[in-house]
Amino acid sequence: MTALAQELRGQGEETVLAVPGMHCAGCISSIERGLKGVAGIHSARANLSARQVTIAHDASLKARDLVVELDRIGFEAQPRKGPLKQSQSAVRPLLAPLAVAAFAALNVMLLSVSVWSGAEGSTRLMFHWISALIAVPAITYAGMPFFKSAWGAVRRGRTNMDVPISLGVIIATALSFYEVVVGGADAWFDGALMLLTFLLAGRVLDAMMRDRARTGVDALLSQAGQGAMVVADDGTLEWKKAEELLPGMIMRVAAGERLAADGTIIAGSTRFDQALLTGESAPVPGARDDAVLAGTLNLDAPVDVQVSAIGQDTTLAEIARLMEAAAQDRSKYVRIADRAARLYAPAVHSLAALTFAGWMIAGAGWYQSLVIAISVLIITCPCALGLAVPVAQVVASGALMRAGIMVKDGSALERLAKVDRALLDKTGTLTRGQPVPDPSLLDSLPSDAASVALSLASHSRHPISRALADALTARRCRAAELADVQERAGEGVFALWHGEQVALRRPETSNGIAVMLEIAGRPAWLIPFADRLRPDAGEALARLATMGVDASILSGDQRASVDNVARETGLPAQAEASPQDKQDLIVELQKAGHQVLMVGDGLNDGPALAMANSSIAPGSASDVGLQASDLVFIQQSLLALPRAVHTARATMRVVKQNFALAIGYNMFAVPLAIAGLVTPMIAALAMSMSSLVVVANSLRLARAARK
Amino acid sequence: MNVLAFLIPVALLLGLAGLGAFFWSMKSGQFDDLDGAANRILIDDEEDEDEERKE
Repeated sequence: MTALAQELRGQGEETVLAVPGMHCAGCISSIERGLKGVAGIHSARANLSARQVTIAHDASLKARDLVVELDRIGFEAQPRKGPLKQSQSAVRPLLAPLAVAAFAALNVMLLSVSVWSGAEGSTRLMFHWISALIAVPAITYAGMPFFKSAWGAVRRGRTNMDVPISLGVIIATALSFYEVVVGGADAWFDGALMLLTFLLAGRVLDAMMRDRARTGVDALLSQAGQGAMVVADDGTLEWKKAEELLPGMIMRVAAGERLAADGTIIAGSTRFDQALLTGESAPVPGARDDAVLAGTLNLDAPVDVQVSAIGQDTTLAEIARLMEAAAQDRSKYVRIADRAARLYAPAVHSLAALTFAGWMIAGAGWYQSLVIAISVLIITCPCALGLAVPVAQVVASGALMRAGIMVKDGSALERLAKVDRALLDKTGTLTRGQPVPDPSLLDSLPSDAASVALSLASHSRHPISRALADALTARRCRAAELADVQERAGEGVFALWHGEQVALRRPETSNGIAVMLEIAGRPAWLIPFADRLRPDAGEALARLATMGVDASILSGDQRASVDNVARETGLPAQAEASPQDKQDLIVELQKAGHQVLMVGDGLNDGPALAMANSSIAPGSASDVGLQASDLVFIQQSLLALPRAVHTARATMRVVKQNFALAIGYNMFAVPLAIAGLVTPMIAALAMSMSSLVVVANSLRLARAARK
Repeated sequence: MNVLAFLIPVALLLGLAGLGAFFWSMKSGQFDDLDGAANRILIDDEEDEDEERKE
């Protein structure tokens, strides 16, 4: 930070806002320039990777004012939770070891090449000493991530890929150092450093992918909405964050807002959309003395709600408890690389021991037998094996990311590749989760009526009006000129059009959600709204079926509406399932030997998402859904599902090929090592060749997500 | 061979300088927003030159 920024911070405050909609240079410049023109804002700096804006401003401006300013510029923003908390990056702690290992590997390799080309006597000794001076500290520092992980596994009586890696590196370094001290001919520093460099590069790539997916998901998480306008005793209104709410406080919840806490309605009546919480799509009416739940969306009119429960007592907390238990189950999954290491490490270590014994029996001295046994360990040190899994997964997650699917967890692709059973939530997963106006009725609407409807709808922030405005705009409809527009809460939008009364209002009676468009002197139009299937749902399900994944619907919604969707998609369905029911069904399927994929978005799906072998959520999911799932797809099309499963399976195929290639290299190199014929030069060549082959094979996955 | 005594330290120093530069750039936040840096070159900045100088 420059001195100027510090000076600015001294005068005011710095606020970090999440801006999920920022994605290009134009966005950066309009945000930074737009904010700079606002009184009280000193500077604004956008971070495109993190989708954040850091704003230095006067203390008089509150985070909420800044959100309003950004909304005026045209971007939806949310204050980040906690003061200036930089998201924990997985890449950063690995970058410095990688830089050190690469620097040391290059310099030592330079010296090694001179030795291999015939440097002798005091020159060789000097080169070896310089190599040792560079390599020993570099290996100690850059190898730390592996040593730590290996030690952690060994201490608990387990083994992972880092154990053979650490052993190989440490033994190679120790032997080389001994050789240097006694003035021997061979030093293996270059091999050990090259191994570390390759492996660290693989891990950095892996961490970069996960960072990117995590920031993508972070940006989707609505960190706001977690608050409410609180009415004080003297009638003044104040915005309070969710964690500052206390039982007994009165929240004023406007139409289109989500409730921040459980409570009881004390004034007003409205309808609530509980889809996120229960999966139920039909709006639930709420009047005085009715209990309402945090996370539900107020649809119609402002209401006053007295907070009844916070923290541990809410429905939310109950769901969180179920999820925590489920997540612990899943963490027992053992990754394929570690399963390979369980077979590989004992095999390699006993081979080295046998080699030592063999040479002793054959009459070689202690020293020679030991050197040959160690060279077996070094040559089998799993450079290619260590790269086999991460590189394939990095390339595959990169391909998925470009296709709009974010992979949040390293082992997600492994688990996803195995699924043979899929459970799909209905609202928000199979369907879009938002009511959309009936397209056939919009088709029949005369163009002047449609433009009046668009104009009226655009004057309201009500979710139904917004959906109507979006649908009409998508049809290239133009807004009509209206006069005297006014929105009456709970009733609708009213205006004058060419001197005639026009209105977009809530119908007197209707089944489900609908709006009435009225133009004086003409018959009124009733526009029904319904939650529609996602585009390509049919094709996506058919593709899943051909991949051998049986799908069925598992929904918390009422039987009638679930049956409708079941008929449309041809899937078997279970309706009215509570979060606990969903979890139980998954456990039942798992006991029957199935690998279950859960696809869901709502709060009520959270426990099921955490319990299933693998889980996917749409980008529109609730925070809980986004956090509990392994993969998040951001486009509308449900084709993301077969695409993700296909890519995961292709990745596992490539991982297995990589293992075969790495083992093939060992078949060639190990006999040479056992025979005592391996020199440091052969080791370095073999190591880099096998790594290159594995990387090249993995790159074939770059196109995997296109099919 | 005497030239080695001169060249090897020079090569090492240059390498170390590169390493140091990398550490410095990481610490000063140049790797915080790689996507932003790639996109910022597309922004026309004639109006707010003074703003750019502050950064």
